[in-house]
Amino acid sequence: MKVINKVLIPSCLALLAGPLSAAELDIKVTNLTHGIYFTPLLITAHTSDAHLYELGMAASEDLQKVAEGGDISGFSSTLATINADSSENPAGGLLAPGASTETMLSTTDGNVHLSIVSMLLPTNDGFVGLDSWSIPDEPGTYTVYLNGYDAGTEANNEIINGGGMPGVLGIPVDPSGNNGTGAVGVTDMEENSMVHVHRGNLGDTDVSAGMSDLDSTVHRWLNPVAKVTITVN
Amino acid sequence: MIKSKIKLALLASTLSVAFLSGCSDDDDKIAPIIEPEPLVVTYDVTVTNLTYSQPFSPLSVVLHNDGALWSIGEPASVALEKLAESGANADLFALSNVTVSAAGNGILMPGASETVSISIEDTTESLLSLATMLVNTNDGFTGLNSISLSDLMVGDSWSAMTGVYDAGTEANSEMAGTIPGPADGGAGYESARDDSDIVSMHRGVVSMDDGLMSSVLTQAHKFDQPTAKITITRTE
Repeated sequence: MKVINKVLIPSCLALLAGPLSAAELDIKVTNLTHGIYFTPLLITAHTSDAHLYELGMAASEDLQKVAEGGDISGFSSTLATINADSSENPAGGLLAPGASTETMLSTTDGNVHLSIVSMLLPTNDGFVGLDSWSIPDEPGTYTVYLNGYDAGTEANNEIINGGGMPGVLGIPVDPSGNNGTGAVGVTDMEENSMVHVHRGNLGDTDVSAGMSDLDSTVHRWLNPVAKVTITVN
Repeated sequence: MIKSKIKLALLASTLSVAFLSGCSDDDDKIAPIIEPEPLVVTYDVTVTNLTYSQPFSPLSVVLHNDGALWSIGEPASVALEKLAESGANADLFALSNVTVSAAGNGILMPGASETVSISIEDTTESLLSLATMLVNTNDGFTGLNSISLSDLMVGDSWSAMTGVYDAGTEANSEMAGTIPGPADGGAGYESARDDSDIVSMHRGVVSMDDGLMSSVLTQAHKFDQPTAKITITRTE
């Protein structure tokens, strides 16, 4: 009987330890788009019940801050209260089209799901996201492709006016400077207030008027918009 | 009902063993009538409409043993054509290889989710297919094609993000009168096939805001992949 106990107990612990224990992750994010920048990325490992966003659900205020203005400070505070392990702004600013950034993330016990958010710039409230991806126990390299989502919090008027605060209509900036000015606006409606797949920028080719300040030959994309490589050490 | 019958019969036979000597009159009543109880297998299929402004026609879910709802590069069946052009699912449900079908309650709006339950008896080997029209298109649809359920144990879930397909049965003219959804209120199914006549991935809509002046669609009706999140959970 004693022998059985000695054999069984350690192996049970080993089984439990796998999915719940700390991990060392190397994470690489590549911006796959032609002309869309990623604002400072937030990469976080958290418990399985946490989400930065969920498809078909309304955006949180923290997500709205990211999607409309690239501000991750709200999530930063919230994640601290749930003891998440985060890598904030690994690229040290914007992640340009075609560029990659790499970061290491040490996760503590229980933080077994990975999430990522960053604003797609220039958009009104578009973001690239990974929602609560289960970190594998098995060491290895895993690749995930991410889509562009719409937070559903702001009308996609496509006017560049510096508006990046939550509730302020407009796009903060086009980092590439390919934008026009003087647009009348694509729409002043937000029909779908849930987080959904972004329908893309419309844009136009009129640099001094038209519906959109965005350039339809530059600022469009098709999913996926990001490639994430996660190495579990 | 059947369960309780069996329980009563079992209880009665237990009692009969205990009081065998004194209950000889009850022998006829306690003969157990045990009908084989069918194994009911149920799947909850939850669909979230991830588009901005493309309502989905009522979700159409079928279980089948063989075949595929569509094949890329092949002509659409008439049943799929009707679904993709008008959202009508009667023909789809009547396909000869379909064993069970279930429909959603109505239009599934952008941002909304709906769960459709589908049950079958005595098999866990079904294939599951699902189709729903993006109603502000000429013949665009999304769904699942012949997903094998045999590995799904009770309590297991399987999830996918699905793209948009073009049935290839109707030209994507986007013209007034050709689109049944709220953007137009036009015609649904037309038997004539005036497009490529092969099923393909959808190339998206153009819209009047993007230079197609004859289109009834606006920038709001544009979409990118994926357009739906679908989760299948086996509940029994």
